[in-house]
Amino acid sequence: MTTDGAPAAAPVARLADEFSKLPGIGPKTAQRLTYYLVRMPEEEARALAEAIVAVKERIVLCGVCYNITETDPCVVCANPRRDRTRICVVEEALDVLALERTNTYQGMYHVLHGVISPMNGVGPDDLRIRPLLDRLHGNDIEEVILATNPNLEGEATSMYIQQLIAPLGVRITRPARGLPVGGDLEYADEVTLGRAIEGRQEF
Amino acid sequence: MSRFRTYRTEGVVIRQMPLGEADRILTLCSPDMGKVRAVAKGVRRAKSRLGGHLELLNRTSVSVAIGRNLDTISEAYAISTFGGIRDDLQRVSRGLYVAELVDCFSFEGNGNHAMYSLLLGTLHRLESGNNLAMLTRWFEMRLLECSGYLPELMHCVECRNWLEPADHLFASESGGALCQDCRVSSSGALIPLPLNTMKTLRFVQREAVFDKLERLSVPAHIQQDMERLMRTYIRHIVEREVKSAEFVNQTNN
Repeated sequence: MTTDGAPAAAPVARLADEFSKLPGIGPKTAQRLTYYLVRMPEEEARALAEAIVAVKERIVLCGVCYNITETDPCVVCANPRRDRTRICVVEEALDVLALERTNTYQGMYHVLHGVISPMNGVGPDDLRIRPLLDRLHGNDIEEVILATNPNLEGEATSMYIQQLIAPLGVRITRPARGLPVGGDLEYADEVTLGRAIEGRQEF
Repeated sequence: MSRFRTYRTEGVVIRQMPLGEADRILTLCSPDMGKVRAVAKGVRRAKSRLGGHLELLNRTSVSVAIGRNLDTISEAYAISTFGGIRDDLQRVSRGLYVAELVDCFSFEGNGNHAMYSLLLGTLHRLESGNNLAMLTRWFEMRLLECSGYLPELMHCVECRNWLEPADHLFASESGGALCQDCRVSSSGALIPLPLNTMKTLRFVQREAVFDKLERLSVPAHIQQDMERLMRTYIRHIVEREVKSAEFVNQTNN
């Protein structure tokens, strides 16, 4: 039986069940993906299966910045040309990818793996904040950039970390807040627009 | 189902859950419809024109399209973003605690105007007011009141006799204080209710507006007694831990 009760061959039902555990995939999508895989050439299906196994077997967390990586330390932490006096703190490993795509930031990273979300029971102790403090001791760090998401929980996380590291005398910054490229002024909310005006720059 | 395909309402965003690629499921507390759950599409993208208007704790005016399963927010405009709360960790943590409690005590399709104005009033006070611990106790008391759980602090919940000015115990199961004669026969967990704590709680109960309480300075041990009592009583009512209480403690030491 499949998740919605229709009869199906056991391996098909099993795969559909596994798919429906993934985020954003309901029973119907799971079925569609399964039947697509049934018709797929075997080597393609095998490549997918191997790719799934590989992420589980070969991927580790970097011992320095906790980024998701194949090597420990990760390519950023191992790169001698990166600026070791700056640490950019982000919520998720995906945020590192986004920042790397800008080709603007040359410093190091620190991945928290989450955000303080009190209503969902995620507190500061569930994030990798303690290792960040350890990194700040005796490593000649000059600047910490708190690049959590600009929403209430991300800001709360940044404020919490800011309070913890302020006594260390490190320069603490955060990315500018303002208008998105290609956006419309009239649709901007008052917080964004207010901060954009506050942080305006010489033209 | 209504024959209209969309409706308009206002509400405070009290909960957010990520959904799919860039969407969120929001829970709003609205004055006339109670809890409203709706999908906000694309709000996690940086260029989303809805995103900033639908932040947690925003008071927002929304247009909602009725869907087969979940409704979708088609338009949103922030009436108030309570900026003073967002820039202060102690205020943020208390704001989230307030939101979680409202989530616990409100129902879908069941508007509660008293609860909504309490929520707005508390958030407004949280922006710039003082005595945040007392504000939190006052909010809890008023929330219990407009949900029908106001604790009995004048008479013994068992024998209905007037409570003598002395130390008593509080029974969450009965929703009130027990006199010294009745405590022996009572079962279940009892919380200490020293005389001065009881007096302060009565004061909190009596004050429909927060003004006088804002100036009231209370010794730390009474603050702690009150906090423990309210937390235990609320945990008993909602039958689960109020998760954000922990973060309030971590940020207010």
